[in-house]
Amino acid sequence: MNGRITGITGPTVRTDLPGLKLYDRVHVGHRCLTGEVVRLEREEVIIQVYEDCRGLAVGEPVKGQGEPLSVQLGPGLLSSMYDGLQRPLVNMVAEMGPFIRSASGISALNTDQSWEFHAQREIGVQVGPGDLLGYFREKKFKHTISVPPGVSGIISWIGEGIHTLSEPICRLADDSTIFPYHTWPVRTPRPYREKLAPEVPIITGQRIIDFLFPVARGGTCIIPGGFGTGKTILEQTIAKLTDVDIVVYAGCGERGNEMSELIEEFMELKDPITGADLMDRTILVVNTSNMPVAAREASIYTAVTISEYYRDMGYDVLLLADSLSRWAEALREISSSLEEMPGEEGYPTYLASRLAAYIERAGRVKTANGKTGSLSMILSVSPPGGDFTEPVTQALLRTTGVFLMLDTELAHARHFPAIHWRQSFSLYDKWISTYFEEHVNKEWGAMQHKCREILRQEEAKKEVMEIVGMEGLQDKDRLLMMAAEEIRSMFLAQNAFTADAFSSPLQTFQQIHDILLWHEQALEKLDEGRGFHQVIQDRPLPKFHLGSAEKPEPETPVGLSE
Amino acid sequence: MRLAEYRYQTISKIAGQLLFVEEVDEARIGEVITVVAPDGRSFEGEVLEIKMKTVLVQLFGETTGLDTKGTEIIFTDAVKQAPLSTGVVGRCFNGSFLPIDGLPMILAEDWSPITGFPINPSSRLGPDEFIETTISAIDGLNTLVKGQKLPIFSCSGLPAKELVALVLQNARLREEEKSFAVIFVALGLTFHEYSFYMAILKNLKTPFTAFINMADDPVMERLLAPRLALTVAEHLAFRNSMDVLVVITDMTSYCEALREISSAREELPGRRGFPGYMYSDLASLYERAGRIRDFPGSVTMLPVITMPEDDITHPIPDLTGYITEGQIVLTRDLHSKGIFPPIDILPSLSRLMQKGIGAEKTRQDHRKIANRLYKTYARGRELRKLESIVGREGMAPQDQVLLDFAASFETGFIHQGTEARSVDETLNKGLEILGQFGLAGLQP
Repeated sequence: MNGRITGITGPTVRTDLPGLKLYDRVHVGHRCLTGEVVRLEREEVIIQVYEDCRGLAVGEPVKGQGEPLSVQLGPGLLSSMYDGLQRPLVNMVAEMGPFIRSASGISALNTDQSWEFHAQREIGVQVGPGDLLGYFREKKFKHTISVPPGVSGIISWIGEGIHTLSEPICRLADDSTIFPYHTWPVRTPRPYREKLAPEVPIITGQRIIDFLFPVARGGTCIIPGGFGTGKTILEQTIAKLTDVDIVVYAGCGERGNEMSELIEEFMELKDPITGADLMDRTILVVNTSNMPVAAREASIYTAVTISEYYRDMGYDVLLLADSLSRWAEALREISSSLEEMPGEEGYPTYLASRLAAYIERAGRVKTANGKTGSLSMILSVSPPGGDFTEPVTQALLRTTGVFLMLDTELAHARHFPAIHWRQSFSLYDKWISTYFEEHVNKEWGAMQHKCREILRQEEAKKEVMEIVGMEGLQDKDRLLMMAAEEIRSMFLAQNAFTADAFSSPLQTFQQIHDILLWHEQALEKLDEGRGFHQVIQDRPLPKFHLGSAEKPEPETPVGLSE
Repeated sequence: MRLAEYRYQTISKIAGQLLFVEEVDEARIGEVITVVAPDGRSFEGEVLEIKMKTVLVQLFGETTGLDTKGTEIIFTDAVKQAPLSTGVVGRCFNGSFLPIDGLPMILAEDWSPITGFPINPSSRLGPDEFIETTISAIDGLNTLVKGQKLPIFSCSGLPAKELVALVLQNARLREEEKSFAVIFVALGLTFHEYSFYMAILKNLKTPFTAFINMADDPVMERLLAPRLALTVAEHLAFRNSMDVLVVITDMTSYCEALREISSAREELPGRRGFPGYMYSDLASLYERAGRIRDFPGSVTMLPVITMPEDDITHPIPDLTGYITEGQIVLTRDLHSKGIFPPIDILPSLSRLMQKGIGAEKTRQDHRKIANRLYKTYARGRELRKLESIVGREGMAPQDQVLLDFAASFETGFIHQGTEARSVDETLNKGLEILGQFGLAGLQP
């Protein structure tokens, strides 16, 4: 089916092509730019084009593809790097050089590559959607192949051995074939059997997160912060260290140099858990800020669909997106080129519902074949002017489980991660405390409470101290201030560039336990009637000295805040 | 490709710089058009929007003297391109790439669309090579590296212009044999600024190209000039293996031009009236800085931004900060103390510094000295607040030392007048000041 372009405004194109359905994928113009149908009118179809429209002329052809925007799912995804439309960026360099000049027809998966299939079913067996057929070995992972949703029947042939991706691995009695890979529309969540409660934490190795604001497996977490507050470094540290099987990193509308640094680093680093190359468990979806806006909008869906695919194999997947604000801005640009009625700050009114639906794709689930897999999300947000009352942060706050607020003042004081300990929250707290009490120490919850209390009291006493000075405070309060300072600078602050970057739950617990014990014992001594100076001389905090110039804080290097 | 030029005399409406042309066949989006006024003058413009046979055209220059009857529009079938040649070195152009130095136009070796193409993220090379600006506060504490974009956030009345001049005159690479060039882009320049910069450019030792858009030049040229400059920069860098430093002053004029044109197009305004796509638009400029694997050259960018109302959360510095790799912040406080350049190192940051310093790049002890200076000065500044409450006498002796250090650091290290300091001199200066207060005992 062919039509013609009848109008062009920014990234939206009008065509007279009949028979298109909403969200169908289309090829636009002689250069075959990828687009998606976003609105149908009586005589006209409106298409949002995912690539640079510049130079497109009225009258050029439009071709319908008969399917919505989809991704290819199969072996070979791991350690790949895709753009927002799942085009392999590395292969594009070979085709068109270091600049992205035009649309590319390169397929996401290398269909000529051979893989060895290990069949786990026999001929004559009845199978249905989600049933396991066998697996490929992809890096260190068992890449299982299941019957795709909507297919069932009796196996008439199953192909153990070497295959390329374009050769079928299984045939059913009704002659339908199953290939090693399939496509899935990015805007449709993949099915699962049931969702499970978020009871198990992911271990990020960041003390302030694991101890005060834990993230559940299958949970969601947002990290809003102004520029220079360390969002990207925090996300990348988490991507490197967290104890999940697979990490999908979506660089959505961010800096190109940052992505190149990330790639260079991931190539060199080893997975702290398995010792394999870090890149072997990572998939990158990259749409930097200067790449087409509409593809940026699609990129987070591409990333989440790939994540769900690995979740369905029973893996723990972590999706990191940096940043959702750029995604929302892309949505706003598209919405305004469609001349839709704007809502708050020009964002379309469906911003909140789109975000909520996206967040709901996270979760710990029982998959169609009875395994347990999880998809956790850690999403950064870049509020304009560092103002958290803006629509994107507010919409996410209502749906997300963990809120890690990054504070500009802390960042300026080079306290990293600059997570504000009073404003942040975790809704998984209760569940996860129970988990840590069972697996680490039964005092986990109690310690957490004490730690919070000290930080709360410090805040209240701080103003007084600023006026009267440390010496002017009561002895009890001086001890409290010292304990709080120790918690802040030795426990909550953590240098992502030293051996301290990862702290296991046991180390985390031990560390906070030591500080709190010191505080308790010092208070007791004070009650026994000893003088303040004697108390701290008897039991000095090992790393803490009065007269702060020589205090060996964990030195966060200048220039490394994000 | 069309075989002939298409000419039309079917203008149905003129609104400022926007023209509506009817009955146009096969117009291209972004296509360059030439408008010929009844009196024979001609202007350039581009196609903004097409609805069936009606085309909306944006003119780049002024629109006086146009009418709907006698004005002719020529469609060129090509998007806006810049002429490319190494002949641009040593030349001055206006915002439409016409020479303003009295010499004839360059001969183009090639043409390239001025919007450029995004660098494939997988072929980017992470920046890690030092550029010496000879300014202590930058080289020592917020080091600039090749391929970085590092804006200068200034306030009206602060000597950003003098700082830019110092960088233009002194910036150099460590490896002398590499070819280095500066591209200077001035947007919305007033005459007194123009004479200041021209005097600097005349005596510049570094090869340079200038694109000058004066305050009374067409606003649309403010949007074109940086794109032309960056297209030229990419040509010099990635085809001719040069290391190019692009200095753009002032991005605030650029953003205001963007707002003006957006509102003329009747687009939906965002924060403070700036268009909602300003982030993507700025990114399409800033992200053109970088290095590419297997290509020897680089594009580094040093844009200057005057923060309206000294407000760092204003959309212009805010969106810029989200895209660039750090910022150099000037403050009134230091300026009023007579310190030049008045760089406040606390909110300043170079995100790519770590990779560009150390042994073989600058000096092995660079990182340690920088950390120590930063920490100590930050502590001193914090104590100033306390000093204003309890008074100097009420403070502990070691805190008084820190106060003195902060003052010396400002007058001795940050302040350098017009003196050019090599990175060695900068680091020695830092050590010297730390030493004066007995703070230099660097732990390993």
